[in-house]
Amino acid sequence: MKVKEFAEKLELKRLTGESGLDKEITGVYACDLLSWVMSHAVKGNIWITVITNINIVAVAVLTEVSCIIVPEGLKVENVTIKKAQQQGIAILSSSMDTYGICCRAYTLLGK
Amino acid sequence: MSGKVIKLHFTIDAHDFSLAGEASSSTKKMLNQLGISPLIIKKAAIAMYEAEINAFIHANGGEADVEIGVDRIVITVRDEGPGIADLDLAMQEGYSTAPDKVRELGFGAGMGLPNMKRYSDRLEIKTEVGRGTTVTMTVYVREG
Ligand SMILES: Nc1ncnc2c1ncn2[C@@H]1O[C@H](COP(=O)(O)OP(=O)(O)O)[C@@H](O)[C@H]1O
Ligand SMILES: [Mg+2]
Repeated sequence: MKVKEFAEKLELKRLTGESGLDKEITGVYACDLLSWVMSHAVKGNIWITVITNINIVAVAVLTEVSCIIVPEGLKVENVTIKKAQQQGIAILSSSMDTYGICCRAYTLLGK
Repeated sequence: MSGKVIKLHFTIDAHDFSLAGEASSSTKKMLNQLGISPLIIKKAAIAMYEAEINAFIHANGGEADVEIGVDRIVITVRDEGPGIADLDLAMQEGYSTAPDKVRELGFGAGMGLPNMKRYSDRLEIKTEVGRGTTVTMTVYVREG
């Protein structure tokens, strides 16, 4: 499934507009420690995190995750959004918490 | 190192927070362009990212040099920060002196040095309290 379809199904807010919606999803990874994400996230994973500062963009580029989802309606700084757009990364926002997003992802993507 | 060597140089500017991770991102792009295998790129990118972030958060910035040869990638990150008093302790997973302010940004898991060791084929650290730290990481490039 592509990021775009996933975003539509979960009614995620596209904070970065059209940026990065075409990437293929391979699974889900949820974690807020950047070092941990760097070494464990897999290319194509959806990355769910409550960290919203600009450094998440570099981590997303380096790990080649398919998109970033911020849970619980968190606000994301403008500089982060601008940088993500430059790098072709989608940042999506959900009103659900991380568990809720994972449950929905499971029904859509399987294990 | 034989054959053509590509050299990259970066300044790690600790004043501009938006640039943290830029040197490793640029290096990764170059390695991609050179057609190096994704696994090797992943190793080099993780190791370099951690060293870059350490110079950023612990040492007020520094410099990075990357040499990409036919058989190896050599990454050197150097700073003139406080140095590391007890390197064995610093190498332990989970050990971190990062202040809360830095942790709230997602750093300070105490996994940087362990990640550098795990993902590089050779890790050399020269550090002196009050003078700075130089980390040299080698990742071998195997064909196919
Ligand atoms: N370049 C450096 N200059 C000074 N101290 C460093 C440097 N790199 C690492 N350290 C010290 O080693 C500790 C462990 O580093 P690391 O494993 O990367 O974890 P973290 O960066 O999450 O604290 C740091 O908390 C810091 O005290
Ligand atoms: Mg570190």
